[in-house]
Amino acid sequence: MSESIIELRGISKRFGPSYDAAARMARDIGSRFGRTPKNETVRAVDNVDLIVTRGEVVGLVGESGCGKSTLGRMVAGIMPPSDGEILFKGRDIASLPPDAAKDAKLKVQMIFQDPYASLNPRLRVADIVGEAPRIHGMIPAGQFDTYLDEQLRRAGLDPAFKRRYPHQFSGGQRQRIGIARALAVQPEFLVCDEAVAALDVSIQAQILNLFMDLRRDLNLTYLFISHDLGVVEHLSDRVLIMYLGRIVESAPSEEIFGRPNHPYTQALLSEVPRIEARKRRFTAIKGEIPSPIAPPSGCHFHPRCPSAMPRCASEAPTLKEVAPGHKSACHLNDAIM
Amino acid sequence: MSATLEVRNLRTHFFTRAGVVKAVDDVSFSVERGQVLGLVGESGSGKSVTGFSIIGLIDPPGRLTGGSILYQGEDLAKLSERDMRHLRGNRIAMIFQDPMMTLNPVLRIDTQMTEAVHAHVKTTNADARARARDALGMVGIPSPEERLNAYPHQFSGGMRQRVAIAIALLHNPDLLIADEPTTALDVTIQAQILAEVQKLTTDHGTALIWITHDLSVIAGLADRIAVMYAGRVVETGEATDVLDHPVHPYTHGLIGSVPSRNKRGERLRQIPGMTPSLLSLPPGCAFRTRCTHATSVCEQEPPTSEPSPGHTARCFHPIEGNAP
Repeated sequence: MSESIIELRGISKRFGPSYDAAARMARDIGSRFGRTPKNETVRAVDNVDLIVTRGEVVGLVGESGCGKSTLGRMVAGIMPPSDGEILFKGRDIASLPPDAAKDAKLKVQMIFQDPYASLNPRLRVADIVGEAPRIHGMIPAGQFDTYLDEQLRRAGLDPAFKRRYPHQFSGGQRQRIGIARALAVQPEFLVCDEAVAALDVSIQAQILNLFMDLRRDLNLTYLFISHDLGVVEHLSDRVLIMYLGRIVESAPSEEIFGRPNHPYTQALLSEVPRIEARKRRFTAIKGEIPSPIAPPSGCHFHPRCPSAMPRCASEAPTLKEVAPGHKSACHLNDAIM
Repeated sequence: MSATLEVRNLRTHFFTRAGVVKAVDDVSFSVERGQVLGLVGESGSGKSVTGFSIIGLIDPPGRLTGGSILYQGEDLAKLSERDMRHLRGNRIAMIFQDPMMTLNPVLRIDTQMTEAVHAHVKTTNADARARARDALGMVGIPSPEERLNAYPHQFSGGMRQRVAIAIALLHNPDLLIADEPTTALDVTIQAQILAEVQKLTTDHGTALIWITHDLSVIAGLADRIAVMYAGRVVETGEATDVLDHPVHPYTHGLIGSVPSRNKRGERLRQIPGMTPSLLSLPPGCAFRTRCTHATSVCEQEPPTSEPSPGHTARCFHPIEGNAP
């Protein structure tokens, strides 16, 4: 068993409205007169466990609103979890002394979806990429320029352009700047949140190849978040399927694409347009992803599931192993066994 | 069978201060009744401008500088704005990429939909409302009667796009132009919308132009494919011909860069470089700077070859054999 680099234990994230004094008082008075205050809390991520081992590429797939970005942000340390702990190399980041916690956080970096919004338009490329290593004192002053050039070159950018501003670059090049910025602090773990979704197909292929080269050269570990199953299948060793804040299935790539177990995964995979498929009939999963403010009881997928049973509405299924390394959260698996 | 739409040598140029942008340059294709044409290309290839040219929504500094757009034998390029308004939204409709931009955020759905009905048919308010309700029902919006009273922000992205589609379908158009309508949507919602437009082509015989950069969607939907690069159609033909036996190196490259065509974990075939600026296109084949097959002859205007009937490509060095 190889070493775990990131481990999540019972991670949850809730977003609720923040009440000012007047609103709190109003709720308070309301409840005294027998009114139950409306529950407006969104459970974006609901009790997720995950272990990522060194060198692995884990794909995280789900529809918009399922909580995949929130989960990624918590792993990257941008957002604190409401519950649960995040372990970096076996140690809980929250309980580390400040210096060690900072080092651990630097080792986890994030690459964002929108290469236009994620770069400061008023900074030159040299400052965007160089700011973090300079502030953290990672590079001796005399070697700074060579270090910077090396970072840019590794991401496929010409160091001659380092005096330019982001608007002078195309979308694909901007994404490379974002990658160079993340790699400049020598991370071991990258969270890529829809990192190629905004790019044209030919540019997307260039960036995916870059990710694979970096993985090999720097021994990086990835959490690759995407709604594009084709991209995830190509890149990932293991795939997690998320639905309304919960992980419903987790398995090695070949296994999940070859033998999907959860009805949601099966429906999702059947909808993926594939270039091999010609002039097919499109069908649709019935209904839409429900609001996470009031998720359905029991198994969140039961109102849309073709094989739902009465039990599905009352009891939430847990992730159970259905084959070696293949876990699925569905009551149907109990019925068969 | 006669074509619903036949575009011949269409040129749409933008006369900007920095120079003339030839966004659409000598583009020809046709779509028959009930057929689906996939117009494929990357950003800046001119695929959206082609759609806007057909429906007559090119604003200055842009102008149609040549060619004809024959809709059921009538040239749309020569039509007066008044006559064009009779066709637009009625016989010819368009669905845009961003449903939030198509819908007016301060008007209720019923107002926007009945307005579109009254624009083309003399009828009572009650009848217009009934038509709007039926159109919403047709695109799979639950309880359409109540939803008519909602505002656009009360719908999710997929629902909003379905409202936009319902408006486009109000008059059962003969020609529908869809400009990347599912790019911003999840796969399950995309499948619902694809199912809707597919039904429309089979039930009403609507000719459909589906503009996209996503070859996987096109593979499942289109009868014919036209691949655009830098304002030109570089390859066109039956979907199976273009996808299985692509001839142009650009089409080859595009198909090769789709992840599922490659072995898992292996390097993707990539096209080096990026799409050129349309302001400073080199003479000859616009793809030659990125092409691995390019030779000095490519600085000339490439000839059109026809590897199989109905399948044409503009290239000096057509590739033989199967798709990558």
